[in-house]
Amino acid sequence: MKVQDIVDKLGLKVCSGSAGLNREIEGGYTSDLLSDVMGNADENQVWITLQTHKNIMAIASLKELAAIILVKGYEPEADAAEQSNVEGIPILSSEEEAFELTGKLFDLLKK
Amino acid sequence: MEFAFFIEGGNFSKAGSASSEVKKILKQLNVDSKIIKRTVVSLYEAEVNVVAHAFEGDMIVEIFPDKIAVRIEDKGPGIPDIEKAMEKGFSTATPKVREMGFGAGMGLPNIKKNSDEMNISSKVNVGTKLEIVNYLK
Repeated sequence: MKVQDIVDKLGLKVCSGSAGLNREIEGGYTSDLLSDVMGNADENQVWITLQTHKNIMAIASLKELAAIILVKGYEPEADAAEQSNVEGIPILSSEEEAFELTGKLFDLLKK
Repeated sequence: MEFAFFIEGGNFSKAGSASSEVKKILKQLNVDSKIIKRTVVSLYEAEVNVVAHAFEGDMIVEIFPDKIAVRIEDKGPGIPDIEKAMEKGFSTATPKVREMGFGAGMGLPNIKKNSDEMNISSKVNVGTKLEIVNYLK
């Protein structure tokens, strides 16, 4: 499944990094602690979080994540969005809370 | 081969840039991707520690045929009790840093888990020196 597929199926807003919408997704990780994601997420995963600052892009880039989804309608800070465009790693946004969104993404990816 | 990077204390917008440079170098050298991943986790955590706690620091990366050896030396408050600092969940990070999702007391344990050798020494009110070695086998 590609990032574009989950954008369509989960009704996500593409905030930045649209060049990376063809990235392949191999799983997901939900956490708001950066060291937790750094230590436990794997490459090509989608990261679900409420953190919106630039450091989420440092993590996404170093871990080679497929995309970041911000919950509850949050939008990335300007420098985070800029870095997302540079790296080609999309930042997406959902109106839902982490619990619901994680459940739906889990369902999609297990099919 | 030796590379050196300066780390600015307090500047979170640049946190991770030194680690990112090292990652590029290791990729160019065709280092095994699993070793790159572990090294990058260690270096990022070490870099963030300098940004979050110290005034400034240097990351010196030496690449040998059989290992990657990294020294991160900072000028800062130092660590009074290293054993305590190594405990999962222990952190002295400020509330502002914690709100950003840092300071969960996972940094040093993450470094330990993702390096083959780790040595840390510190002088209060002077600074901290961290050495990490990952073998290229």
